[in-house]
Amino acid sequence: MVTHENGGGHEQHHPPSGFIRKYVFSIDHKVIGIQYLMLALFSVFVGMALSLLMRLHLGWPTAKFAFFHGGQMTPEQYLALMTMHGTIMVFMVLTTAPQSGFGNYFLPIQIGAADMAFPVLNMLSFWTTFVSLVVMICAFFVSGGAPIGGWTSYPPLSALGEIVGPGQGGGETLWIVGLAIFCGASLMGALNFITTLIDLRAKGMTLGRLPLTCWTWFVTAILGLLAFGVLLAACILLLLDRLAGTSFFIPGGLVVTDQVITWHKGGSPLLWQHLFWFFGHPEVYIAILPGMGVASHLLSTFSRKPVFGYRAMVAAVCGIGFLGFCVWGHHMFVSGMSPYSAFAFSILTMTIGVPSAIKTFNWLGTLWGGKIQFNCAMLFALGFVSLFVSGGLSGLFLAQPALDLYLHDGYFVVAHFHLIMGVAAIFGMFAGLYFWFPKMFGRFLNEGIGKVHFWLTFIGVYTIFMPMHFLGLAGNPRRYSEMTAGPFLLALQPVHVFISIAAFITIGAQLIFLFNFLWSLFAGKEAKEENPWHATTLEWSIPSPPPHDNFGGVEPVVYHGPYEFSVPGAADDYIPQHLAPNLVRKA
Amino acid sequence: MPGTIVDDVEIIDAGHGGGTPPPAGGDDDGDSHRPRRPVPPRAYFTALQLGLAAIVMFFMALASSYIVRKGLGLDWQSTPLPRVLWFNTAILLASSATIVVARKKLEGGEREAFRSWWWVTTGLGLLFLTGQVIAWHQLAASGMLLATNPSSSFFYLLTAAHGAHLAGGILALFYVAFRPWSRSRISQSTAAELASIYWHFMDGLWVFLLALLTLGR
Repeated sequence: MVTHENGGGHEQHHPPSGFIRKYVFSIDHKVIGIQYLMLALFSVFVGMALSLLMRLHLGWPTAKFAFFHGGQMTPEQYLALMTMHGTIMVFMVLTTAPQSGFGNYFLPIQIGAADMAFPVLNMLSFWTTFVSLVVMICAFFVSGGAPIGGWTSYPPLSALGEIVGPGQGGGETLWIVGLAIFCGASLMGALNFITTLIDLRAKGMTLGRLPLTCWTWFVTAILGLLAFGVLLAACILLLLDRLAGTSFFIPGGLVVTDQVITWHKGGSPLLWQHLFWFFGHPEVYIAILPGMGVASHLLSTFSRKPVFGYRAMVAAVCGIGFLGFCVWGHHMFVSGMSPYSAFAFSILTMTIGVPSAIKTFNWLGTLWGGKIQFNCAMLFALGFVSLFVSGGLSGLFLAQPALDLYLHDGYFVVAHFHLIMGVAAIFGMFAGLYFWFPKMFGRFLNEGIGKVHFWLTFIGVYTIFMPMHFLGLAGNPRRYSEMTAGPFLLALQPVHVFISIAAFITIGAQLIFLFNFLWSLFAGKEAKEENPWHATTLEWSIPSPPPHDNFGGVEPVVYHGPYEFSVPGAADDYIPQHLAPNLVRKA
Repeated sequence: MPGTIVDDVEIIDAGHGGGTPPPAGGDDDGDSHRPRRPVPPRAYFTALQLGLAAIVMFFMALASSYIVRKGLGLDWQSTPLPRVLWFNTAILLASSATIVVARKKLEGGEREAFRSWWWVTTGLGLLFLTGQVIAWHQLAASGMLLATNPSSSFFYLLTAAHGAHLAGGILALFYVAFRPWSRSRISQSTAAELASIYWHFMDGLWVFLLALLTLGR
C-alpha cells in the first residue's frame, strides 16, 4: 500500500533542529545515505575480520591460537565464519553501500530533486535494514552460534534444525528472519528509488540527460523490486519447514547423524534453489550495476571526454538487468538438471557477454585520446574496469555446463565471484567515495595516502584471487576448512599460505583507508570550490556539503547532457548540465 | 566557475544536446530558478503500481512453488475447501462494488454518503477476514492442519498471505477516513482512489488464489 507522508511538500524541508531528528531518525536523503554507508563500513570490517580468521586457518590449519576455543578452529566454526562472511558482505555491504548509500545521497541531487519521493519511507527502509543486521549478528550469540549453511542456505540442511549441526538451530532461524526483514527494507528502498527517478526529475532532465549513475541506480532498483519479493517468499517457506513442520523443501527418507527423518516427506531442495537463485542472480547485478555507473561517470569526467556511446551504455545496462532474470539456472548446473535446460541457461548466460563487452568497449572508447587525470577516484574506476574484465572472463568458462561440472565446487568459482561481484563492486564504491567525499563532507580524502591504498589494494586483490583460479583448476574444493586430507591437497597448501599472507596485507591496507577516511573527515584539505573536479552533473552546482533541501528551495533547470566535456567552440572543457545556453562561454 | 560568473555571454551551437529544455513533468514557464514543486500526486500512483508489482512477484513465487510442489510427489492430497470461502468471495466482490460507489459519492461532493459507503466497504473487508478465519477453523476441525499435507500447508499460507495484505488495505481504508486531509500533499479524493486501486487488486488477487486452490487441487 502506498505510504502517505506527513506534512506538505514545503514543511518537510525545513531543517530539523534536534539531534535525534537531524542525525538518527532523519528523513533527509543525504543523512540516510551516510547512515547506509556507515552501516556498510561497519559491516565490511566485520566481514573482513571473519575472512581474516578463515585465511588464518586455511594457511596454517594445525597452528593453535589462543582466541579459538580449544586452540584450533573446528570445521563447523569455519563454516559459520564463511556463512556470515558471505551474508554480511553480500547483503550489508554490496547491496547497501553502492545503491542505498551513494544512490540515496546522489540520485535526488543528480536529478534535481529536493529529496526522495517518500522521505519517511526512506528512513523506515534504513532502520529496517539496521534491524535486519542486528538480528543477523545476534546469530553469533545464541546457543550453537552462527549458521553453517553458507549464504545460499540450501535445504535440507538449513531446514532441519540443530540435528544437522551447531548453528542450524536458533542461529539459522535468526539468519532467515534477518534476511526476510532485509527483503522488506530493500523493497521499500527500491520503490522509493524508482518513483523518485520517474516523477521527481527537474525540468529538462529527460531520460537522455540522466547521468549513467542514475540509470544504473534505476535499473538496480527495478531488479531489487522484482527479486526481493521472491526471496521473501522463499524465506517464509523455509521458516515454515523449520518451525511449523511443513515439507516444502525437505524430501522424505533423510538420514541425518544416524537418525531417520520421518516427520518430513516429499519436499524438494531444488525448489529452494530455483527461488533463491531467481533472486540470487539479479542480486549479483544489484551489487555490480551501480559500480558500472560510477565507473562510466568517472572515466568520462577524468578523461575530459563524453561517455563513448551513451545510448549503447544505457541499452547495455537495461540488457544486463533483463538478462539477469533469465540465467538463474547456471547456478544449478550440478543439481542434475536436464541437459536441455542447462543448454538454454548456458546460452542465455553467455549472452550477457554481449552487453558486458559493449560496456567494456565503451569504457575504453571513453578513455581513448582523453586527457586522463590519474587521481585516486580515477584509479579506482580504472581498477573497476580491470577487475570487471578479469572476473567476467572466467564467467564464460563457468557458463558452460561441461566445464562447470568440474569447476563448480572449487576455488575457481570463489575467485570468479570475488573478483567480479565482490572486489569490482568495492572498487566502484571506493571510486565513488574518493570522488564524492568533498561534496559529502566538504573536505578531500588525502590523495597521497589514497594512492598507497589503491596500489596495495589493487595488487593485493589480484594476488589473493588470481592463484585461486589455479587452485580451482587443480581440483581444490571450496567450503573445506583445511586441505590436509590427501597428498594432492597437501601439495596445494603453499598456495594457500601465499594467499593468506596476501590477504593479511590487503586487509592491512584497508586500515590505511580507514585512517584516511577518519583523518580527512576532520583535518582533510577543505573543498572550497563547489566543483573542484570541473564535473558537469547537478551535485556540483551546489555547496559542499549540500544544504538541507539541496537546491535552496528552488528547482534547477537542466539544459545539457550529462557528459558535455571538451565541447568544440566552448571556452571551458566542460558544460555543467544546469548552465543556460546563453551563459556558455565561447572559446 | 562557469555558470556563475560570466564574462562573455554568447550562444554557442555545439550540437551536443544543449538548447531549451523540453518540459519534463512540469507546466512551468522555464525560468532558470523556480520555486520548488511539492511531490506530484502522480508519484503516489507510480509507487502504488510498483508496490503491486512487488506483491505480484511475491505471490507468483508462492504460486509457482505450489505448482512445482504439487507436481513432485505422491504425498499431495487435495484439501477440501470449506464452503464458507464462496460466501467470503461474494463478500469481497461486493466490497469492490461498494468502494466504487463510495468514490463516486466523494467525487459528487456527497460526503455523508461517501462515509457510509466507505464504512460499508471496510465492514465487508473485516467480514471477509472473519470468514477466512472461520474457514481455517473448519479446515482444522476436519483434521487438516498446517503441516498435515503440502496442499493444506499452501492453503493456510496463501490465505494468510492474502489476508495480511488485505488487512493492510483495511488499515488504508481507515487512514483515508480518519486522516485530516487539509494539510496533506494529496487530496482525500486521490487517497481514496489509491486505496480503491489497491482494494480492487486484492480482490482480483483473491480470485486468482481461489482459482489456484480449486482448479489446482
